[in-house]
Amino acid sequence: MTTNVLAFAETRGGDLRRAALEAVAAARVIADARGGAVHAILFGAPGIGQHAARLGAHGADAVLVVEHAAFAQNNPEAVVATIAARMGGYGAFVCAASATGKDLAPRVAAKAGVPVASDATAMTVSGGAITVTHPGYTGKILQTLTLTATPAVVSVRPGAFLPKEQAKAGTVETVAPAGDPASSRVKVTETAAGNAAKLDLGEAPVIVSGGRGLKEAANFKLVEDLAAAFGNAAVGATRAVTDDGWRPHSDQIGQTGRLVSPDLYIACGISGAIQHLAGMRTSKTIVAINKDKEAPIFKIADYGIVGDVLEILPVLTAEVRKAKAQ
Amino acid sequence: MKIAVCIKRVPDMDVRFKIAPSGKAVDETGLKFDISDFDGYAVEAALQIKEKLNAGEVTVISLGPDVVQEILRKAMSMGADRAVQLKADAVPADSFAIASALAAELKDGGYDLIMFGRMSIDTAHGATGAIVAEQLGLPVVNAISKLEFDGRTAKMRRELEGAYELVECALPAVVTIDEGIARPRYPSLKGIMAAKKKPLETKPAALPASRLALDAMALPPERAAGKIIGEGAAVVPELVRLLKEEAKVL
Ligand SMILES: Cc1cc2nc3c(=O)[nH]c(=O)nc-3n(C[C@H](O)[C@H](O)[C@H](O)COP(=O)(O)OP(=O)(O)OC[C@H]3O[C@@H](n4cnc5c(N)ncnc54)[C@H](O)[C@@H]3O)c2cc1C
Ligand SMILES: Nc1ncnc2c1ncn2[C@@H]1O[C@H](COP(=O)(O)O)[C@@H](O)[C@H]1O
Repeated sequence: MTTNVLAFAETRGGDLRRAALEAVAAARVIADARGGAVHAILFGAPGIGQHAARLGAHGADAVLVVEHAAFAQNNPEAVVATIAARMGGYGAFVCAASATGKDLAPRVAAKAGVPVASDATAMTVSGGAITVTHPGYTGKILQTLTLTATPAVVSVRPGAFLPKEQAKAGTVETVAPAGDPASSRVKVTETAAGNAAKLDLGEAPVIVSGGRGLKEAANFKLVEDLAAAFGNAAVGATRAVTDDGWRPHSDQIGQTGRLVSPDLYIACGISGAIQHLAGMRTSKTIVAINKDKEAPIFKIADYGIVGDVLEILPVLTAEVRKAKAQ
Repeated sequence: MKIAVCIKRVPDMDVRFKIAPSGKAVDETGLKFDISDFDGYAVEAALQIKEKLNAGEVTVISLGPDVVQEILRKAMSMGADRAVQLKADAVPADSFAIASALAAELKDGGYDLIMFGRMSIDTAHGATGAIVAEQLGLPVVNAISKLEFDGRTAKMRRELEGAYELVECALPAVVTIDEGIARPRYPSLKGIMAAKKKPLETKPAALPASRLALDAMALPPERAAGKIIGEGAAVVPELVRLLKEEAKVL
């Protein structure tokens, strides 16, 4: 079995995404356990190779640069074909479970004739097998899965493997795409910033929820703006708010509303009544913003800010936008 | 247009799950089951395409034990024309194995469009549709939130983190459906009656050995006591840092 690991260096609009460095960090876990090297593969229009040094500084022993005008837009078919053509030289392939990575991983796996472990939040390597923790059932159950096939194909949950500065050679190797990237059957005609489609409360990794502390229905715009900044967030509400008609009843979280368990729950101007907590206390991380430092919501919040939600939300939205753009 | 939709039977998620004594399954006592959420959107999208073109046929396929016939009947009561159960004693955790069995059934079906959910809501791999497409040599577009046709060309939209892609592809093709495309309709009484007479075929599932083993299932750990990090907007950057570096949710 070859011990080297291939990591997908995700880009968008010619920029390296944080997802690229996370894939390299996760690939390092496997390569270090097996005594192998990490190769990062970077696709883009001519010039994309300029990011190779950054990948080397974050743990890539080698950077395979695939430049072609038809990689100016995401070109999954040509990307998958090029990766698949090289998989024979690797014991594992790792990408972030971002929208782009979730699309690639199963396709790379299928071309190699192996299964895929998706959205891993933790990973251990023992000899030929890789064992991952994989959240399922809307985050309510953690599954432990072991991949016994080679190559092992793994996508890692964004944020689970943090980018780490660990200088490696980052030796640049220019690689030709497999086939003609300009003749892919699937064409991305445009990539644009936009407000993400409305997510269901049961499926959204992030929920921004508002209570009576928002003062009036119109101020829910602030909650929606924060959700849009995350891009993968849904908006929830307390019963006080749905009873007043500020939000539809379907947004209500709690004993008589939805039971949710997102990775991140942000409670804005919510007191934290027991009936509300019943619906969201299994969330992985809870943030509370409330002007009353005695509010019961702070008892279960991992992170609390005492203050005026109307003042804090716009600042938080701007900071999240900044973090997401990286 | 000839459309196939692959649908999975999953438990209702609005409950507190218990783990079965085996440690490898959920305790199914008292659980309600239905069509997996995204698969329901896919069925609805398929029916809308058929209605708009006023032609074609929608086939629904599910792999699993006989209880999957309930969701196949439900899809037919919504309007699907026929159903196939790929019979297996249990549904494996390995999407590759499921995909191989589905691909074997879909291969000679002559479908113009094969639809999946973006991911099953229980095992949550988001892999099956793409693997089927690769096995059939068909183009695939994953996690689409819009779908229109211009003749034999499908025009789609995919949501990214804070952005979206517009994508085009000629038929035949495989697509996996995200939220936003269509809210599933409720079966009408007439639909339910009609579904009883529609064909539901049962065949053995050609499942290869699983190479993704489910070792254990566990409930996430209980939470520790909370902490207040500070007052006012000035502590927002610190909150964002903690979300990024400590909680790893950003
Ligand atoms: C049988 C039953 C079932 C119920 N089911 C549900 C349910 O499913 N879901 C649910 O949510 N509730 C439910 N409730 C209602 C529940 O008991 C609470 O009344 C409700 O959750 C309170 O909503 P709230 O936090 O928005 O409002 P409040 O309790 O009024 O809290 C508002 C909070 O906002 C803070 N605040 C005010 N101004 C600001 C500001 N400018 N900046 C920051 N913070 C501010 C205040 O300090 C306060 O803590 C149920 C009740 C009963 C009896
Ligand atoms: N047992 C099954 N029977 C039919 N279709 C399935 C089955 N399992 C998964 N699928 C389809 O594959 C999609 C993705 O599943 P997964 O890869 O498990 O997330 C689902 O949304 C369904 O459309």
